[in-house]
Amino acid sequence: MNKNKEQLLNKRYKAEQRFRLYGLSAIFMALLFLTIFIFKIFSTGYSAFQKTWLIVPVTFDAELMMLDQNPSKEDLQDADYYDIALKSMADLDPNANEDQENELKRMVSYFFEKEIKNELLNDPDLIGKTKEVYLTASDDLDQVFKGNYPRDLPEDQRRVSDYQLKIFDQLVANGKVESKFNISFFTNADSREAELAGIASSFMGSIFSILVCLMIAFPVAVLAAIYLEEFAPKNRFTDFIEVNINNLAAVPSIVFGLLGLGVLLAIFQLPRSTPLVGGITLSLMTLPTIIIAARASLKAVPPSIREAALAMGASRMQTTMHHTVPLSMPGTLSGTIIGLAQALGETAPLILIGMVAFVNTIPGSPMDPAASLPVQIYIWAESAERGFVEKVSACIMVLLGFLIIMNLFAQIIRHKFEKKWS
Amino acid sequence: MNLILFTFIVLLGFTSYYFGRKKAYTIQSTKKRLTALPQFYGYYLAIWCAIPAFIIFSLWAIFEPTIVKLLILSDYSNQGYLDDELNLLYEKSKALSRGQFTGEITPFIEASAEKYLSLRSIAQSSKVVIVLSAIIASVAYAYKRISSNSRTREPVEKFLNAVLFTASLAAILTTVGIVFSLIFQTIDFFKVIPLFDFVFGTHWYPAKAFVRDSSEALDPTMYSDTFGAVPIFAGTFFIAFIAMCVAIPIGLMSGIYLAEYASTKVRQYAKPLIEILAGIPTVVYGFFAALTVGPFLKELGTSMGLEVSAESALAAGGVMGIMIIPFISSLSDDVITSVPQSLRDGSYAMGATKSETIKRVIFPAALPGIVGSILLGVSRAIGETMIVVMASGLAANLTLNPLESTSTITAQIVVILIGDQAFGDPKTQAAFALGMSLFLVTLCLNIVALRVVKKYREKYE
Repeated sequence: MNKNKEQLLNKRYKAEQRFRLYGLSAIFMALLFLTIFIFKIFSTGYSAFQKTWLIVPVTFDAELMMLDQNPSKEDLQDADYYDIALKSMADLDPNANEDQENELKRMVSYFFEKEIKNELLNDPDLIGKTKEVYLTASDDLDQVFKGNYPRDLPEDQRRVSDYQLKIFDQLVANGKVESKFNISFFTNADSREAELAGIASSFMGSIFSILVCLMIAFPVAVLAAIYLEEFAPKNRFTDFIEVNINNLAAVPSIVFGLLGLGVLLAIFQLPRSTPLVGGITLSLMTLPTIIIAARASLKAVPPSIREAALAMGASRMQTTMHHTVPLSMPGTLSGTIIGLAQALGETAPLILIGMVAFVNTIPGSPMDPAASLPVQIYIWAESAERGFVEKVSACIMVLLGFLIIMNLFAQIIRHKFEKKWS
Repeated sequence: MNLILFTFIVLLGFTSYYFGRKKAYTIQSTKKRLTALPQFYGYYLAIWCAIPAFIIFSLWAIFEPTIVKLLILSDYSNQGYLDDELNLLYEKSKALSRGQFTGEITPFIEASAEKYLSLRSIAQSSKVVIVLSAIIASVAYAYKRISSNSRTREPVEKFLNAVLFTASLAAILTTVGIVFSLIFQTIDFFKVIPLFDFVFGTHWYPAKAFVRDSSEALDPTMYSDTFGAVPIFAGTFFIAFIAMCVAIPIGLMSGIYLAEYASTKVRQYAKPLIEILAGIPTVVYGFFAALTVGPFLKELGTSMGLEVSAESALAAGGVMGIMIIPFISSLSDDVITSVPQSLRDGSYAMGATKSETIKRVIFPAALPGIVGSILLGVSRAIGETMIVVMASGLAANLTLNPLESTSTITAQIVVILIGDQAFGDPKTQAAFALGMSLFLVTLCLNIVALRVVKKYREKYE
C-alpha cells in the first residue's frame, strides 16, 4: 500500500519535471530561432560591406580620347573615354581575340568608363601617361573573390567563364585585386547591377516616409488620446471610437495599402510611388498604436495631480495642458518611437501604393518617387542575381540596426524621464 | 506661393497673439479686472486669425480645380466631344502648362494651356486677397471684443475641445476610409462576377482576365471559372493553421514557463529577447523563409524521398509561426499572471504539484484570455503578407499537402496590384473584393478576441 503511494508520488514528480522541461525547451526553441535567424543574416550579409576592385593600368591616350592639345575642362568632360577604357581592359591579355576582349570588358562594371573619367578629371596632368586605376569588379567576380561563388560548377552553368577566371587569378596573384570598405553601398541609389546597387535612395525614402508619418500621426494621436482620456463623456459614441481604435490596431497592414490605393491615389490623385503617400498610409496605421500608448501614459498620471491643479483654480483645460500632458509625455514619446519603428519595417502597404518602382535616383523631397528600406529588401530578394543575396542581408542589417536604435531610444526615454508614482 | 502665404498667415497669427496679450495688459493697467489670464486674450485673437484662413484654404482646395476645369472645358462645350475626350484634353493642357507634355501640341491645347495658366494665376491672386481681407476683418472683430473685456478663456477652451474631439474622429475616419475604398470596387466586382461563383468557385486564374483587349465590352461568360476564391481561402487558412501549429505549443508553453517557473532574472532577459521576434519586420522573415527554410526543407524532403516544392506551404507557415510566438507568449503570460494568487494557494494547500496546479486550476481559469490571445494570433497569421508573398507560391492550388505550394488572400492582392493598375478592370476589383473579405474576417476575429480578453480582465479585476 505504502509502496503504491510512493510510486504514484514519483510519477507525479516526474510529470512535474517533464512539464517544466517542456516550458524550458519552448523558450529555448524560441531563442534558438532568434539566434539562427540573426546568425544567418549576419553570415550572408557582412561581405556586402566589402567591395572588390580590380587595379588596371590605364593609358590616357589623348588621340583615342579625341582630345586636342591643351584641352579645357569642358573638353575633358566631353571627351570619349570608352575607347581607352576598352583598350586598358583588353590590354590585360595581349593575345586576346575579339570574344575574349568582350569577356575582359565584362569583368568590370559598366560604370568603368565613368571611373576612368573621374580619375582624369581629378588630375588633368595624366594625359599621355599611364596610371593604375581602381575599377569596380563585376558582381560575379566580386562573389568569386569573396568565396560565395562555386568555382567547380561546369562552365556553362556559371556566369563567369573559365577565361575570365584565368585572367582574374593572374590579377589576384599579382596583387591587382583589392577589397575595400564598400562606401558606394551607402551612397549609391538602386541599380540593376548588383555591384553598383546601394541603399541611398531607399534610405532617403524611408526617412521621408517616417517623417511624414510622424508629422501626421503624432499630433493627431496625442490630441485624440487627450480627448478620450480627459474630456470624453462616457457615452455610446465614445465607446464606438474606442472599439474603432482597438480594431484598427489589429487590421492587417495590407488593408491600409488598399486604403492608400483606393482613396489617396484614386480619389485625391496624390502622386504615386512617393514617400508622401507612403507616409500618410503609414500614419493611419501607426495612429492607433500611438493613441493606445498615449492613453496608457495619461492614465498612469495619478488623479492627485489633477485634483491639486483643479483645487488651485485651474480650469480643466489648463490642468490637462499644464500638468497631465507634460507628465505623460515620456510614455507617449516612447510609444510613438515604437510605433514609428513598426512603420519603418512595414512593406506590404508601400508595395500597393507603388513604392516598388525601380528608382535609380536619390529622392530630394517627399514628392519624388522612392522605395523604402524594407521594400528594397523585397525588390532585391526577388532578383535572381547572386550578388543581390548579400546586398539583401546587408540591407536587413542596416534596417535592424535602425530598429534596435529606435527601440533603445524608446527604452531610454521611458527609464530616464518617466516619473514613477507609488 | 502657397508656402509663402502660409508662413505669412502663421506670422500674422503670432502677431495677433502678441497684440491680444498686450491689449490685456493695457486693460489691466486701467485697473479693470481681467476676465482671464492675459495669454488667453492672445490665443483668442490668434484663433480668430486661424479659423477664416483655414476655412478659405480648404474651400479653395476643394473647388478651385473643378471650377478651373469647368471654365476651360466650356470652350469645347458645343463641339460634340465625349466626356472622356474632354477629360483627356484637360489633362493634356494641364501637362503642357507644366512643361511635361510630350505628345503632339495642337493649337487648341496650346490655347487651353495658356488659359489654364491665366486662370490659375487669377485664382491664386484672388485667394491671397480674400484670405487676407477675411483675416483682417475677423481679427478686427475679435480685437473689438477683447477691448470691451468680454470673456476669452471659455471660447478658447471650447475651441481647443473641438480640436481634440476632431482628432479623436481620425480613428472613425480611417475605418470609414477603409470600408469606403473597399466597398465600391467590391460592388463593381460582384456586378460582373456573381457572388456565388466567387465564394464557391474552385478555380482562381486572375491572369486569364488580363488577356482581354480593353476596348472589348465586358463579357461575363469569360470570367466564369476565373475568380473562384475557394483555393485562396483554403490556402489562407491552411497556412495560418500550420503557423498556429508552430506558434501555439511554443508560445503557450513559454508563456506558462515565464509566468510560473522562471526566476525574475530569467524572466527579465528571456521575455524581451523573445519579443525581439515580434519586432523583426515581416519582409525579413519572408527573405529568411524563401532563402533558407524553403531550400532546406526541399533538400531534407529530397533526401527522404519526398517531393517538396521550394515554395512549400510548410516553409511559409512555419516561419510565420515563429513570428507569432511572441504574441501568444506575452499575451498568455499576462493572462496567467493576472490569475489571482488565492487560486494557486488553494491548489497547493490540497497537495497538488505546480504542474498539476497549472493544468487543472490556472489553465482553465485563464482559458478565455488564452483563447483570446490565440484568436489575435490567428488574425495576424491571416493578414500576414510579406512572408507569403516571398516564400509561398503565387499560383492558387487547392491542396492540403503542406509540401506543395499554395497561395493566400494577401499574396493574391499583392500579385494583382503590384505594378500599374487599371481601375474598373475586374482583375483589380478582385483584389479589392479579396481585401474586403480579409477585412471582414479579421474584423470578426478581432472583435471576438478583444471582447473575450476584456471580459476575462473584468472578471479578475
